[in-house]
Amino acid sequence: MVIENILQTPLSNIVLITGFFLFTIGLWGVLTHSNIIRMIIGFSLISTGIHLVMISIGYLTNKTAPIINDEIKSELLTSVVDPVPSALVLTSIVISLGVTAVMLSYAIQIHQTKKTLSINDCSEMKW
Amino acid sequence: MLRRIFIFIILLMTAWVFADIALNFTERTQLTGVSKYYVENTAKELGAANIVTAVVVTYRGLDTLGEVTVLFIAAAGIGLMLSRRKQDQHVKQRVIASEVVQTATQIILPMILLFGVYIFLNGHLTPGGGFQGGAVIASGAMLLLITLPDQPFNNQLLHRVESLSGFFYVMIGVLGILLAGGFLDNRIMALGTFGSLFSAGAIPLIYLLIGLKVGAELSTVLQRFRW
Repeated sequence: MVIENILQTPLSNIVLITGFFLFTIGLWGVLTHSNIIRMIIGFSLISTGIHLVMISIGYLTNKTAPIINDEIKSELLTSVVDPVPSALVLTSIVISLGVTAVMLSYAIQIHQTKKTLSINDCSEMKW
Repeated sequence: MLRRIFIFIILLMTAWVFADIALNFTERTQLTGVSKYYVENTAKELGAANIVTAVVVTYRGLDTLGEVTVLFIAAAGIGLMLSRRKQDQHVKQRVIASEVVQTATQIILPMILLFGVYIFLNGHLTPGGGFQGGAVIASGAMLLLITLPDQPFNNQLLHRVESLSGFFYVMIGVLGILLAGGFLDNRIMALGTFGSLFSAGAIPLIYLLIGLKVGAELSTVLQRFRW
């Protein structure tokens, strides 16, 4: 019964739920861990989850990728998925890559000055 | 203890919002608004087969310029932060890759670079584009870092490639204002036959520049992280 229900769930819904799960796991990781590297992994999970959610919102039932070829040229409007979320996710992946790289370089710098990776030892900016 | 309760409440509230969205989510069945316009007009206006590429490079080209700028600022910030590392602090011996890895690198590396170039030159026809191709090229640089950990990169060449391609990218955008409809318009060159390699106006050229820029930038970032 339950398995049948899962099998009947549309694909984009599964992707959407997976994305939300990843976001929540990432948020949990950022909030609970004190190791900076683990927090960075949490942020990466958050952005990956957001990408999955955006992609699943752009999916239209039983449509194909928005690349024009001879087969779908005649009925283009009814045969491709939404191209705008894909373009947004492309931008978003690059931005999250840059953010992750900057965070990692901060981690290196913190490790070099304090010889530790625990966020609890960085209390100068804490009020 | 109080902290754990707070975290639990935050997670619960997030999960509640998400569950609400996910349970009421129904798959869309047709295109609406601006995406309908893009799907309808990409072929005849821009001549690009890949609609996502047309949106990224031309329709929302200014956003992509901003994206490239963000990546550049990130690379510059990493360079600023990690260049102050004391070099003589970690003089421990690096592990040198085995002969199998070294020989395999000589065979695989040209193919990786060629594949990256293929991806960004075919960005207007197939899934792919400048950023993906640049990332593939940077993975080649990563392989090089594993194989020859002590060999420095030709940083001057990387910087030159990066700044020249960035400069020409903006120049193509300005040419779009002068010769065609607006900033980053791809119709400054002939649109060509739909679906062939030399089609879609300036899109292959722009993606070539973006691919070189992103590849050089990511390679610089990767080698900054070298211990």
